[in-house]
Amino acid sequence: MTGRVAGVDVGGTFTDLLVVDSAGGAVRLAKVPTTLPNQAGGVLAAFEAAGEDLAGIDLIVHGTTTTTNAVLERKLARCGLITTEGFRDVLELGRRTRPQPYGMTGSFTPVIPRDLRLEVPERMDAGGRVLTPLDEGAVRAAVARLLEAGCEALVIHFLHAYANPAHELAALEIARELWPNGHITAGHQLLSESREFERGVTAAVNASVQPLLERYVARLAGQLAERGYAQDLLVMNGNGGMVSADRVAREAVKSVMSGPASGVMAAVETGRRAGLGNLITYDMGGTSTDVALIREGRAPVSNEIEVEYAMPIHVPMVDVRTVGAGGGSIAWVDAGGMLRVGPESAGSDPGPICYGRGGTRVTISDANLLLGRLPPERFGGGMLEQVRQAMAEQIGGPLGLAPEAAAEAVLRLGNTHMAGAIRMVSISMGADPRDYALFAFGGAGPLHARDLAAELAIPRVLLPARPGITNALGCVVADLRHDFVRTLNRPLDSVDMALVAGVMAEQEAEGRRLIGREKVAVPEVTVEFSADMQFVGQTHLLRVALPGRGVTRDEMQALFEAAYHARFHVSLPTIRANLVNLNCSVIGRRAPLDLGLLIEAAGRRDSLEAARSGRRRVWFGGWVETPVYWRDHLPAGAGLTGPAVIEQMDCTTVIAPGDRVAQDPDGNLIVEVAR
Amino acid sequence: MSLDPVTLAVIQAGLQQVCDEMDLTFSRAAFSPVIAEADDRSDGIYGAEDGALIAQGARGLPVFVGTMQFSTRHIIERIARGETGAPEPGDIYIVNDPYLGGTHLMDVRFATPFWRDGKIFCWLSNTGHWPDTGGAVPGGFSASAISAEQEGLRLPPVKLFKKGVLDPEIYQIIASNIRVAEQRIGDVQAQASALLVGAERLRVLLDRYGDATVAEAIAEMRALAARQMRAAVALIGPGPWVSEAVVDSDGVVDAPLVIRLQLRREGEALVFDFAGSSAPCAGPMNSVRATTLSSVYLAMRHVFPDVPLSAGAFEPLRVVGIEGTFLDAQYPRPVSGCAAEVSQRIAEAVFAALVQALPDRVTAAPAGTSGNFGLGGHDPERGRDYVMYQISGGGYGGSAQGDGLSNGCSTIGISKAPPVEIMEQNFPVLYRRYALHEGSGGAGAQRGGFGLDYEVELLRGTARASFVMDHGRVGPQGALGGAAGGVNRVEVIRADGSVTVPEHLSKAQDIPMAPGDRVRVRTPGGGGYGDPAQRDPAAVAEDVRLGRYSEARARALFPGWTGDPD
Repeated sequence: MTGRVAGVDVGGTFTDLLVVDSAGGAVRLAKVPTTLPNQAGGVLAAFEAAGEDLAGIDLIVHGTTTTTNAVLERKLARCGLITTEGFRDVLELGRRTRPQPYGMTGSFTPVIPRDLRLEVPERMDAGGRVLTPLDEGAVRAAVARLLEAGCEALVIHFLHAYANPAHELAALEIARELWPNGHITAGHQLLSESREFERGVTAAVNASVQPLLERYVARLAGQLAERGYAQDLLVMNGNGGMVSADRVAREAVKSVMSGPASGVMAAVETGRRAGLGNLITYDMGGTSTDVALIREGRAPVSNEIEVEYAMPIHVPMVDVRTVGAGGGSIAWVDAGGMLRVGPESAGSDPGPICYGRGGTRVTISDANLLLGRLPPERFGGGMLEQVRQAMAEQIGGPLGLAPEAAAEAVLRLGNTHMAGAIRMVSISMGADPRDYALFAFGGAGPLHARDLAAELAIPRVLLPARPGITNALGCVVADLRHDFVRTLNRPLDSVDMALVAGVMAEQEAEGRRLIGREKVAVPEVTVEFSADMQFVGQTHLLRVALPGRGVTRDEMQALFEAAYHARFHVSLPTIRANLVNLNCSVIGRRAPLDLGLLIEAAGRRDSLEAARSGRRRVWFGGWVETPVYWRDHLPAGAGLTGPAVIEQMDCTTVIAPGDRVAQDPDGNLIVEVAR
Repeated sequence: MSLDPVTLAVIQAGLQQVCDEMDLTFSRAAFSPVIAEADDRSDGIYGAEDGALIAQGARGLPVFVGTMQFSTRHIIERIARGETGAPEPGDIYIVNDPYLGGTHLMDVRFATPFWRDGKIFCWLSNTGHWPDTGGAVPGGFSASAISAEQEGLRLPPVKLFKKGVLDPEIYQIIASNIRVAEQRIGDVQAQASALLVGAERLRVLLDRYGDATVAEAIAEMRALAARQMRAAVALIGPGPWVSEAVVDSDGVVDAPLVIRLQLRREGEALVFDFAGSSAPCAGPMNSVRATTLSSVYLAMRHVFPDVPLSAGAFEPLRVVGIEGTFLDAQYPRPVSGCAAEVSQRIAEAVFAALVQALPDRVTAAPAGTSGNFGLGGHDPERGRDYVMYQISGGGYGGSAQGDGLSNGCSTIGISKAPPVEIMEQNFPVLYRRYALHEGSGGAGAQRGGFGLDYEVELLRGTARASFVMDHGRVGPQGALGGAAGGVNRVEVIRADGSVTVPEHLSKAQDIPMAPGDRVRVRTPGGGGYGDPAQRDPAAVAEDVRLGRYSEARARALFPGWTGDPD
């Protein structure tokens, strides 16, 4: 990629812009408030704030939360469903679950309300044979009724359409004649797998966000063009790849949860350049923390993600797990006299006490401020005293601890919970955290990173140059990407290997074709194959990377057995393997960017001494006089030993006594955590 | 207390994570869908001397909340008496005897001592629901067994693994007595693997904090949990609070079994007095002591989910008056219904008593049945025998927080029901309907959730249908003036259109089925909460508009609702 590439990412609070000019060697940044509901305002404001002339930009890659917010807040387009007779309630019944293991309360709102779910006579059996022919008249009548009811989008979802889509296709054709726009989704088109609830929800979400995303992208593209932008607009998808704006709405559901995916893609690229392929990403915000596991330079992609209770979206997405703990998690002493942190959060409103917005209960952020880990000057005068008092009353008093010791306890317990969550994520993916480096970003990530690493016995922490704009960086470095899944579900020893080779060839060809159609230059296309396998009789799957199209049956068996043994320490020689899915990712790799540009060389000082902006007391089990550095001023190749605090525009990093820090050529800080 | 509160909290979280990782390992490695998909298993850490619960996985099946501490204690006592072989490192005991701290025979417990410096520091144990343990009926859920022997193979504690190696002789005895034995070796390895992973994690924790510190923390955790439960109990008035819950029948004698509960606070303790409940029954709807206690504990945990899972949490809870009732069955009373059904009626009685004392915290009764429909037969197209299970959810009770959830999981479970498409792939059946059980939500200011209404047809071959469900006689009870939810209804619809209802309404065994015959099941709705006349008329109108209630039924259920749009 030559010229000026802009990544612009919309987050919950801020819209971040990063413009990299690889030829000119310059970088521009902007952070402006996100505008809702139309995020385009913030996007345009970011370009203005950065003083960027849109006419001079060669590519804009955009991460938007339009669809994510629509789903999580149920602000969806009015959408109707036509489904198999007897099954209109599938979307409301779900899989008979409850939100929490304990507690008999909770509620669930289906994506499409019951009066907009209509049934028509038709039926396939599990083998795809027609049992009841499609009643086309009933389809016409249902379409007319849904239009009359004011529906803007339509879902056609029939039982066993994955086995034989003929009825869905016939109904689709009828609907297209009558429907005034293109917002029609047939269930089998997005996901050709059995499980009617999951497939139906995926289709319903797609249709319900499609009009919103289409309108948003069209308006943004128009406004960018008005301001002189003449190139293609690309939009991030949840699989960590991007697609052109004029196509993204067709499979709009794929853009849900694209924000966290961008951050992971930035981590993949940063790690690749730093020579670290195994990373646990850790993005800590105010109310929640996102964790993902990158293995050998690959982002984890799953087809089975539930974005919230009873909301499964089964399209390929970067597997980011959200932990309900962040800077706003509230600390309290329970009825038994035991210290607790979370799960309740002060959120951003009122937020922690130290925000001065009326919060009264102590949080993790307050503990950080009290212990000198956050710069006191960034918070209002008298705030420190207010926090100390609250800490003494709410935690210190009941536990018989001084305020500092109480704050330390809050941090330790908060870290224990987050470490536990990270461990669960890594274990569930079969990885030992000790083989990984912690990639910490987000506003609060670098503040806790080294403590978490110590807790998890992770030897090394990678702090990117600009932790606060990592998602925008993800947009800048993202590749074009298309994922394919084909379900075979057969014992490996009876699978037709010619069929396997044929499927893989077909998947690759389709991906190459799609990438060829984009206007973006890609110097290299790579293709990755994997198989989801299990022992015959099991229900869980284990994903196994495949070497390539020529893979043999014996190789697949051996790869699976090795992966299984590595995960469970069990060998089961008497049981055969099942080949469930063949997966293929076709990735159009863009030319690498020089991430060293992220911190301006001209701003760097000659010595560590010159980069020091001050000193303050920081609590490391006791008060320690600690130097404070301004990160942009650190000399190239700087190295130091903790204790230290390193500050930058939107982020503070704490280095404990004995930790060793080295800055690499890209401006990343690599921390070797003291034992 | 010499231990600082932070170290204590950190060790508590660490022990919890050991258990959570055991749970995860067990499910991911298991073969049987009932474990792998339905998470019908649990893992925990138990005291060296008395088997007391130290920590248990957060996503274990709720009904096992209190059981493994009893079975572990039985093992310890039997070892002390010389009835069971003394442990050596690497040994894993297996036991499924219901009368030794269990549930039903299908819930098989593994237990292994965890050693430090040549001494047992604690026990690790887990329970997994095996798909079959022999007996008269595939899967073990007989609706009409009259003795334990008919229910399957009963194992006292024996060493299945000796010094880390599976004993092939014992394994062969087991494998020769259960159905579909070929794949069980995978589940056995998964169950053992979870304990090994747990031991590895626990070792790391002990190395880091020191054995003495962790031991001190465990004692302190127990005291703290007890204190927390006492604080919860203090929220409850002195009482007494009285409730009843009814099991339709035992499957053999068509008469209701009544659970009578008087709940009262005595000092810092909460007493659950079940005196006056029905006598032990002939059929399999008996409960064993461990399951009865566990049912009380899990109900309390639903109400107070913040109290940690620890033996301490149970200390202030005293269960009395069960001797001589069907809640404390002795060998050889059949017990296969205890975990899935009786346990949920016990929980219902606890909810119904507690909602009087804590109206803002407790819901009206949930559907409270596992809704087990079994179909066993021969598929001529595939040339093989099959056993199919359809479990289903029902409505939850209304509460101060709002209306009840529809099609929620059983009170004692956390598992998902299988998709219709998967059922039709695997078995020669066709679902004609999978829908909301209209009209079933119990009326109340906050109404109950709705049950499920499904109809399934046998396509080919012959088969036999069995049902182990409940709430066919009376619906899940309402609270504070709310009405009961709709009852569970089972119908067998023959190809000629004739309809029969099982004699015991919700329980039947071996009903012959021919191609074209159908089974229709409507599961219970949740109980309503508060006076139905107080329900927001707009909310009633919305339910009518969405067809959840017919207009006529809404008028009948919600007095004063006129149906007028304003």
